[in-house]
Amino acid sequence: MPVRGDTLYAAILRSPHPHAEILSIDASKALARPGVAAVLTGPEVKAMTEPFIVGVKAPIDDWALAVDRVRYVGEPVAVIVAGDRYQAEDALDAIEVEYRPLPIELDPRTAARPDATLLHPACKSNIVHDRTFRYGDPESAFANAPHRIKLEVEYPRVLCAPMEGYIVVADHNAAEDSFDVIANFQGPFSVLTVVPRALRVAGNKFRLRTPPNSGGSFGSKLAIFPYMVLICIAAKKTGRPVKWVEDRLEHLAASGSGPHRITNIEAAVAKDGEILALNCDHLEEYGALLRAPMPGPLYRMHGVTTGTYGIRHLAIRNRIVLTNKAPVSLVRGFGGPQIYFALERLVQRIAVELKLEPLAVMRRNLIPANAFPYRTAAGALLDSGDFQNAIATAIDEGGLGELQHRREEARKAGRLYGIGFACASEPGVSNMGYLSTLLPLEARRKAGPKDGAIGTATVAVDGNGQVTVASDSTPQGQGHRTVLAQIVADELGLTPNDIAVNVELDTSKDAWSIAAGNYASRFAASTANAAYLAAGRIRKKLAAIAALSLGVSSESLTFKGGKICSLTDPTKTLPLYRVAGMAHWSPGSLPDDITPGLRETVQWNPRELTPPTENDEINTSLTYGFIFDFCGVEIDRITGEVRIDKYVTMHDGGRLLNPALVESQVHGALGQAFGATLYENFAYGADGNLLTSTFADYLLPTAMEIPPTQLLYQETPSPFTPLGTKGVGEGNSMTTPACIGNAVADALGIRDVPLPITPVRIAALLHGEELPPPAKFTSAPSSTTAATVERRHDSLMQRLFSKREQL
Amino acid sequence: MPILKAGERHTVTLTLNGRPATGYAESRTLLSDFIRHELGATGTHVGCEHGVCGACTVRVDGKAVRSCLTLAVQAAGCQVETVEGLAPRGTLSILQEAFKRHHAVQCGYCTPGILMSLTHYLETNPEATEMQLREVIGGHLCRCTGYTQIVAAAVDVATRLREAARKP
Repeated sequence: MPVRGDTLYAAILRSPHPHAEILSIDASKALARPGVAAVLTGPEVKAMTEPFIVGVKAPIDDWALAVDRVRYVGEPVAVIVAGDRYQAEDALDAIEVEYRPLPIELDPRTAARPDATLLHPACKSNIVHDRTFRYGDPESAFANAPHRIKLEVEYPRVLCAPMEGYIVVADHNAAEDSFDVIANFQGPFSVLTVVPRALRVAGNKFRLRTPPNSGGSFGSKLAIFPYMVLICIAAKKTGRPVKWVEDRLEHLAASGSGPHRITNIEAAVAKDGEILALNCDHLEEYGALLRAPMPGPLYRMHGVTTGTYGIRHLAIRNRIVLTNKAPVSLVRGFGGPQIYFALERLVQRIAVELKLEPLAVMRRNLIPANAFPYRTAAGALLDSGDFQNAIATAIDEGGLGELQHRREEARKAGRLYGIGFACASEPGVSNMGYLSTLLPLEARRKAGPKDGAIGTATVAVDGNGQVTVASDSTPQGQGHRTVLAQIVADELGLTPNDIAVNVELDTSKDAWSIAAGNYASRFAASTANAAYLAAGRIRKKLAAIAALSLGVSSESLTFKGGKICSLTDPTKTLPLYRVAGMAHWSPGSLPDDITPGLRETVQWNPRELTPPTENDEINTSLTYGFIFDFCGVEIDRITGEVRIDKYVTMHDGGRLLNPALVESQVHGALGQAFGATLYENFAYGADGNLLTSTFADYLLPTAMEIPPTQLLYQETPSPFTPLGTKGVGEGNSMTTPACIGNAVADALGIRDVPLPITPVRIAALLHGEELPPPAKFTSAPSSTTAATVERRHDSLMQRLFSKREQL
Repeated sequence: MPILKAGERHTVTLTLNGRPATGYAESRTLLSDFIRHELGATGTHVGCEHGVCGACTVRVDGKAVRSCLTLAVQAAGCQVETVEGLAPRGTLSILQEAFKRHHAVQCGYCTPGILMSLTHYLETNPEATEMQLREVIGGHLCRCTGYTQIVAAAVDVATRLREAARKP
């Protein structure tokens, strides 16, 4: 991003302690270093900003930078602003911070205990939210059920790790006390409102511009907002623009992973596998702070807690616990992987315990194809689907029979082979009111209704008939420009190449709403529809103008090849540019009911997204796609390595606007899900230090780890979106861990499958825990390997936090 | 070999995509930073600064290297090629064409590095097999694509190169 010539560059000093009081910070030596313009520390941030507001009713102390206390390794402690990044990083070493370490809490279970060390003493507990929900009559269903089958599952922290980190350029206008920021923020823009509040300016004095391109996000770039506050303050203090680029260590340590959830899930089951009732007890760990829009993952899937199944009796308990880990942020799937890893693993377990086929249990409970739109027990209004047909097609075209044959042959030969299944309802477009479900009814009434999800797009035609489109979707590589061009070109009888699309968003002058952004798979089911409707309005207007000129009715006109022509009389035709010119050059000649100019902004809101009901029912999303996956895995008896033999995934994502782009999304989500399931381990040592602080430690899958996959599609249009579209961006993040987990359970005949399913863990199941190394290889007594590893990482962390030492 | 002093800025001249280019660098300045900030060629991206992700891969005297693990002063006098030099302005290389055809690009952040590695590999191994190409791509991290379409594009180019070589 080009910046002004006088721009300064920021580097951030981060906490090496998971929990400590800051006794003193002395930046005087740092200020004396070459090129250093300013240093920001806690007291100044406290004086210049407000703390962030928190989504639950708990006095969580959250500032853009540590004030008095650090609560996780990597937490910002000071900001240095200097002539270039090298100088800024050099000066980090000269800041003297005196810490007094405090006891730490890392494990969600122990952090939840009454005697745990408190992260925020004012909260009186690390459990900052505890709420129960009840739908139907789960108690009676459980009391009378022939079987009760339960499972405890854990879904660990997972990172999305886009290849480009956060970037913020901020400038302050002292005359107006306003801020101008360029940042690769991804939304939801509802969260952006906390930034001007923290900066103590009105929302209209904070301008955010997003760049034309952004190197991936997958949820991640939501959590850039605290850095906007920091860099704005740095710009205000120095009177010059300040730029900050997050480096990889900072991203791995502090950008925020997904939450760690422990779910105790239990089903009341009939003899034939029908699930009569479900009970989900979630304990979710969010790290040291609860930053907007947390605790989204716990509530985003609330309406579809029962997945694709017609389960009418449901009990849910949601608890949030804080620990000395990095605060949780958005990740692809956002609550979906956690729900489906529990639910779909349980379905497999029911099949095992009742000696039924997993597919039979699944089919016994699926919502029937003639039941849509279907209101689930917790209030989701599933728009459309034919789950049974999708499964039948996938089994047939995906070759389940062949995999079953391979399993039989492998097992005959004494090899470990398993098959797993999973299905999911994939949400698209989040209801802006879903998070208020966490509030009790009285508090909701006081706060006023929250609902809906506005999609925004603008289509403009200039005096020469050239078309421009703008939207609120801030993409990071998903191809939104391609799709918008396609939709608008189709409406106006042009080609996609004729349409110019700009997806940069400027909050000071573009059309947007709090629902703007690139999250919750909202583009196809929200923004794309707004563009379609806006193009429709332009078409109607052009047709009315052309009709007057041609002396025909506007209904008899069609748009084709850059022309507007009569369907009945081929002589009656006008080039589109000519008609567009009239709207600009001769507004006086337009019919009375036509407004001058050719620019239409549509803010479209679906009526189905209503606020939570008095009984806590909530339609959490607008559209619900269907996914059905199966896979065959073989497990190496010696190494414990899981090899995916074949992975088949069937998606019903409604009407597909651009199949190539949908395919890209599915491949991308699959790639990330293979990593989350088999390799990625966001690990902290027992001392609270981050162990996975480089890409050599946090293992993302490479091209070598991607197994053979087969992608299948079914298209059941959504009745709730004008284009019939649904969201398709996150599905396999949700199904794949459960599908592979079920295959591993099948291969090994085990009940619990730990994530990530690493060779070490499987080998421990196969051969027992690994023996400690012989004494001559160990340098220190007892639990030495872990301690040595941690020490090594300690020093690595220290070295990397000031990575460009003088050479 | 010149004696360089830490903390001092030195003139570094190299050939960037066939043209001479000069800028200032401290002895510690990374080649990636030099190319991007000093020479203004921002097509080379920086993803991890510890040599794992491969986004910053450029060619130095023909060989694919991580520019984040190379010092600018090390490249003085060398032929440095970046993604901007893969094809004349307004055109695409055969590999870039294949990436476009197979939709092997999403956000495009990792793409320049992968293109540089594959270009180098295919130049020296035009008969490359899918597994070999997968291994080369395996030296890069991509978070958008799941790699499938990138592998398909690389295999497509290898097939075309093989066929072209067999033509009399």
